[in-house]
Amino acid sequence: MTAPKLVQGYEVVIGFETHAQLSTNSKIFSRASVAFGAEPNTQACAVDMALPGTLPVMNLGAVERAIEFGLGVNAHIAERSIFARKNYFYPDLPKGYQISQFEIPVVQGGEVSFFLEVDKETVHKTVRLERAHLEEDAGKSLHEDSALGGGGQSGIDLNRAGTPLLEIVTQPDMRSSEEAVAYAKELHKIVTWLGICDGNMQEGSFRCDANVSVRKPGAPLGTRREIKNLNSFKFMQQAIDYEVRWQIDQIEDGHAIEQATVLFDPDTGETRAMRTKEDAADYRYFPDPDLPPLVIGRDWVERVKSEMAELPRVMAERFVKDYALPEYDATLLTQSKAAAAYFEATAKACGQPKLASNWIMGEVSRRLNSDEVTFDTMPVSAAQLGALISRIQDNTINNNSAKQVFEVLWTDGTSAEGAADPARVDAIIEAKGLKQMNDTGELEKIIDEVLAANPKNVEEFKAGNAKALNGLVGPIMKASKGKANPAQVNALLMKKLG
Amino acid sequence: MTTLHHMGVAELAHALQTKQVSAVEVATAFLARTGGNPHNTFLDIDSEVTLTQAQASDARIAAGTAGALEGVPIAHKDVFVTRDFATTAGSKILSGYRSPFDATVVHKLGSAGMVTLGKVNCDEFAMGSANENSAYGAVTNPWDTTRIPGGSSGGSAAAVAARLTPAATGTDTGGSIRQPASFCGITGIKPTYGRASRYGMIAYASSLDQAGPMARSAEDCALLLSAMCGPDVDRDATSLDVPAENFSAKLGDSLAGLRIGIPKEFFGDGLAADVRTAIDAALKTLEAQGAKLVPITLPRTELAIPVYYIIAPAEASSNLSRFDGVKFGHRAKDYTDLVSMYKKTRAEGFGEEVKRRIMTGAYVLSHGYYDAYYLQAQKIRRMIADDFQRAFAECDVIAGPVAPTVAWKLGNNASDPLADYLADIFTLPASLAGLPGMSMPVGFGEGKMPVGMQLIGNYLQEARLLNVAHQYQLNTDFHNAKPEGV
Repeated sequence: MTAPKLVQGYEVVIGFETHAQLSTNSKIFSRASVAFGAEPNTQACAVDMALPGTLPVMNLGAVERAIEFGLGVNAHIAERSIFARKNYFYPDLPKGYQISQFEIPVVQGGEVSFFLEVDKETVHKTVRLERAHLEEDAGKSLHEDSALGGGGQSGIDLNRAGTPLLEIVTQPDMRSSEEAVAYAKELHKIVTWLGICDGNMQEGSFRCDANVSVRKPGAPLGTRREIKNLNSFKFMQQAIDYEVRWQIDQIEDGHAIEQATVLFDPDTGETRAMRTKEDAADYRYFPDPDLPPLVIGRDWVERVKSEMAELPRVMAERFVKDYALPEYDATLLTQSKAAAAYFEATAKACGQPKLASNWIMGEVSRRLNSDEVTFDTMPVSAAQLGALISRIQDNTINNNSAKQVFEVLWTDGTSAEGAADPARVDAIIEAKGLKQMNDTGELEKIIDEVLAANPKNVEEFKAGNAKALNGLVGPIMKASKGKANPAQVNALLMKKLG
Repeated sequence: MTTLHHMGVAELAHALQTKQVSAVEVATAFLARTGGNPHNTFLDIDSEVTLTQAQASDARIAAGTAGALEGVPIAHKDVFVTRDFATTAGSKILSGYRSPFDATVVHKLGSAGMVTLGKVNCDEFAMGSANENSAYGAVTNPWDTTRIPGGSSGGSAAAVAARLTPAATGTDTGGSIRQPASFCGITGIKPTYGRASRYGMIAYASSLDQAGPMARSAEDCALLLSAMCGPDVDRDATSLDVPAENFSAKLGDSLAGLRIGIPKEFFGDGLAADVRTAIDAALKTLEAQGAKLVPITLPRTELAIPVYYIIAPAEASSNLSRFDGVKFGHRAKDYTDLVSMYKKTRAEGFGEEVKRRIMTGAYVLSHGYYDAYYLQAQKIRRMIADDFQRAFAECDVIAGPVAPTVAWKLGNNASDPLADYLADIFTLPASLAGLPGMSMPVGFGEGKMPVGMQLIGNYLQEARLLNVAHQYQLNTDFHNAKPEGV
């Protein structure tokens, strides 16, 4: 492990609490639908509205998703966990308490591992999870300017009340905003990969709270402030960076940090305290007598395990083993199911896993990012990329030409004739005349001309400066319009200069 | 044929099925008796609704599709939510509240063909032992209108005793079926926790609340309980996944060789002499019928009071949070902000005893006190349940008094809520253990007031309790006694 990066001599300590909305059709304790965006209060049944006499009944689909998550992060699935009531009054909390898990959560321990770039180096990082527990979401309060509010009144929409959430809590293991964002991205990947959460951050399906504190290296943990509801990776980093600077400034100015809950304002880029510890409520937690302990037998866990999709880290291990990929490549290629599937199809089509990996992490990623498209919607099929790599491999084209072909495939996109057909690769090579120069005579002629025009480089090379060769290869490639085979160029040059 | 209102559930069901009388005639007769609301028993009556249900019963009888209890009237304790009648739980905070659905128990009894006469009075949110805590006034005891009927199902018990209805539903959290049944000279049973669905029963203390029938005899209770029980696991997670049972099937079993456990803690100094005399006589009758009395011990009986008055208020303080003026029920008129709305609404809407229990409950759950009170109480609760299991190794049923005294005078304990709490001592242990318990009339004590005997069985042994009570009632006539003027 490398020493943590310090900010103005302070070590940053971050822990996360993430609320992932579970992708069930109905609510955690009732049979009402959880679909997003319906008219207010049309998806709240008697149980969600806490009408007198109603009782909660556990949605086993939510439990099953919690089990999947636990298996996905190598955690312990508790054989017996307890639902508790968190008591407080708020208009969008219909029962006057939230059903959550307090002392004994369903998922215990576990870890999330990922790579991130630190000072141009790839670093492997593991964040330990403390727990993940099931709980219900509250409704929404809509104030004055909203559809339900108005005339100085507030409206309550209980559609969200009772939506199943998995609250995932880490140990305070992150040491920078970059690590925090990388963790959040990795967690997002896991839950969406498993299909237990749709990951839609705008709709609030994946909400992060960051507990941030700073300390001098070796000192005990500082007092933390919790930044609530970070609903984009960009804001997450901005918010944490601001908060860290703010806390350091406070301490440097001689002020103690007071435990508080803060909100990030994306408009000002600042965090602002909502409530301090003095306002902290006594939630009077106690086991919910309406819900018996949640018992999960080994057979249930085994069944879920057998029906689960291959996990990203398992798949990555397989990529290392079966395709002889470096761990770094394998991890990146398993960022999403679509990326992994694209890689496997490409590798199979060309029989060159490492080249396929290089292309996907290079050109493909670059284009995906610049065009903001995904593997599911990208215009170049895996079969085409495979064919393209095959043409590099069999010396039909060189790498530069291949990039041009890729560009054409991408730009023409799905509208071109035979859009996904690998035969288009050869057609484009042909049409653009990109075939490598395999006629030695023609290439030798070019080389002789370039050598004659660059006597200085020739002399330097002969004097022992290997780098001078680059000054010769460039013009040769240029004169061949990029069609020369670089290996052949090298070989001929060595022969002529040697 | 006997006058309709003197007929019990079994008799009425038979008369209706054999078409000696129509459901409309029966309903009309009982509705007529509720005029002027004797003993302040009913909180909501709607004769149109009742007669419509009775007509439907008559149609099913004519069509040959009658349910087991077709056309027999019943009154529901006002903690069961009902679509066709208002539901207040005896509280001002739910004044005029109308539920969009029926409680499972109400639905099941309706499916068996029963006709709802209306909703009956009870202590506010079922908190009380005297029915003096209703926001709609106290209920009086038909045997002596200067006395309380017991609580919290006091309206149910008084209505059955006064022959205003042949049957009523009750709920029992710490004795709320057994004690008013005892005080009003009727028969009532609280089944094993989880036997009857709690869906639609306004919660007081979730881990203790159980529905049960109140009627004149064990035979009637068996019919009613058979219709009320059964799994409801899709609506109530604490519902036992045990099939419905015909509790009438074993009523005829002989008592020969039955071991009746007599807990010494139930017969100490606190037990009034008149009650003791009646209980002793009843035990002699049972012995004469072949039962054997076995001395047993329930050593933590006294602890049941503090344990109950920690756990029940703790759960109640949370269960009653939903009554906040936001979504339904009463909302204060003048408030300045959210917090003042909550405070005023709840201050106006809840009565003194409910506030007392919410305060107690919030206190025992609060940070720093939880371990000392709530957790400790839960530990002792488990020990109390274990004590019963040790006792049931030596006996088949347990018998003793329901309450230390007969029904007391109205207003007697008004300034001393603890006196009411202490009177629950004999019913609380079975409640805390989740065991079935019942009360049957076994004589009269001071002021010619009825005395009830409590029978406690092991889990799911309701049929045995009803069998013992029925055999006793075959040999005695206390369950047929009625208050003067009825």
